Amino acid sequence: MSALLEVKDLVVHYGAVQALHGVSVHVEPGEIVALIGCNGAGKTTTLKAVSRMLRATSGAVSLAGEDVTGLSAHQLVGRGMAHAPEGRGIFLNLTVLENLELGAYLRRDKAGIAADLEKAYTLFPRLKERRSQVGGTLSGGEQQMLAVARALMSRPRLLLLDEPSLGLAPQVVETIFAVIKGVNSEGVAVLLVEQNAHKALMIAHRAYVLETGKVATEGAGKDLLASPEIQKAYLGG
Amino acid sequence: MSEFLQHVVNGLSVGTIYALIALGYTMVYGVLRLINFAHGDVYMVGAFAAFYLAHALGVAENPTLGKTVVVFAGSMGICAALGYVIERLAYRPLRERPRLTSLITAIGISFLLEYGFQLPHWNGLPIEFPPGPTPRFFPELFQRVVWFEVGEVAISNYDVISLAVAIGLMLGLQFIVYRTKFGTAMRAVSFDPSIAGLMGIPVDRVISGTFALGSALAAAAALLVAISRPRIDPMMGMMPGLKAFVAAVFGGIGNVPGAMIGGLILGLSEEFVAGYAFSSYRDAIAFAILIIVLLVKPEGLFGRRTAEKV
Repeated sequence: MSALLEVKDLVVHYGAVQALHGVSVHVEPGEIVALIGCNGAGKTTTLKAVSRMLRATSGAVSLAGEDVTGLSAHQLVGRGMAHAPEGRGIFLNLTVLENLELGAYLRRDKAGIAADLEKAYTLFPRLKERRSQVGGTLSGGEQQMLAVARALMSRPRLLLLDEPSLGLAPQVVETIFAVIKGVNSEGVAVLLVEQNAHKALMIAHRAYVLETGKVATEGAGKDLLASPEIQKAYLGG
Repeated sequence: MSEFLQHVVNGLSVGTIYALIALGYTMVYGVLRLINFAHGDVYMVGAFAAFYLAHALGVAENPTLGKTVVVFAGSMGICAALGYVIERLAYRPLRERPRLTSLITAIGISFLLEYGFQLPHWNGLPIEFPPGPTPRFFPELFQRVVWFEVGEVAISNYDVISLAVAIGLMLGLQFIVYRTKFGTAMRAVSFDPSIAGLMGIPVDRVISGTFALGSALAAAAALLVAISRPRIDPMMGMMPGLKAFVAAVFGGIGNVPGAMIGGLILGLSEEFVAGYAFSSYRDAIAFAILIIVLLVKPEGLFGRRTAEKV
């Protein structure tokens, strides 16, 4: 049984600056895997290179055993990857409903899309109230809910989430993390980038710690949570 | 009063033409942030495509409604294909390069079409192509008939049909952009192509489609002009192209309803200033408007104010 996502020796440059120095991570089916680390460690860059928002210099990505290194972003969506990007990436000029419908852009099953739309509204009732408002009028928390709901509209096997808790009120963070856990329990694997290491390690099965573009440590979420070095460096302990 | 009415009729007919061409500029700018300066020349190609089609069908000897429709659809189709090819061959390879590169390429394509069409005919073609620099006369697709008179203003079937076709096309486009899946994808790409890709939207295909759509509208505009002013030549796209660009900037470049309204206002103001004040300044009005817009409201009537990222 091969991993759902297998990333090998990913190297990324921004112009002359090397951001990733050979990152290798993998996600098994049904897992929540967290990427933690400081600002500039390369967490977001890793996600972006995996979903092809940016081009890697070298390295290989495979999805469920298939080599997808050369594919473009929209083709990866068709193969079951969804990415809720940094800064939420809401189309501020489109309505909430249009944003959600775009999440299901490649799907043809009208009934299934309608059912998933209802499900999204059940998970986040606020989005239903605001469905005909344009994205630009939403609060930060609502935008984050929309970003997660929209990523789920493609019925992904693998969900990439970038900083879902950034800048949100604690209550909203709870809601979002509850949804992530719920989605995962239905079988969707999650690769989660988080600034809030404590929250991330609490729900993650496994985690990688990135430092200056390299994997410094990896392990089970619980073990890292208990590790004295990690506590000192990332958990304010 | 009748003079005023006449100016309104003329202004609307010129304005809808500007609007149709301006839509191509604004849509392409929306998805690529590129001013496609070859767009006016696609308009010219539209006129010639219709010219050749009309001759092939023998429109001059025996015009029928069916042939008119074929000429319209055919020339729109040919220009859609041309727009697709221009994007594919000239702009796509430069997508990752600085924007100035594409802009200069656009000017190059514009010259290629303008001067390429002025070359002597190639041998061995069934049609006289390229047409050469001498103006050609566009055959009459149907006869001009005065439908009704208001005071001293005669309104012909040409005026009514052109206006109806132009408005119909604009409503059709409005529907595509705001009510279809392709249109939603277009708006998503114009907001942010890399996030659009994460939705599964094939960004390159949406860009191609946008070029095809804009170019087809330019062809329709060229035909509407050629019907009432039948002199066509390879340089005919320059002035309407520039003015439509002004209309697009005036309405707020990137904004679809803005281009329509910008075109109408430009056409009407040209007609009124030329009609009541200084007729020799007709062509200067568009550029005066451009200068004023850029000074006072650079984002245009409906444009979003954005800070340029550096």
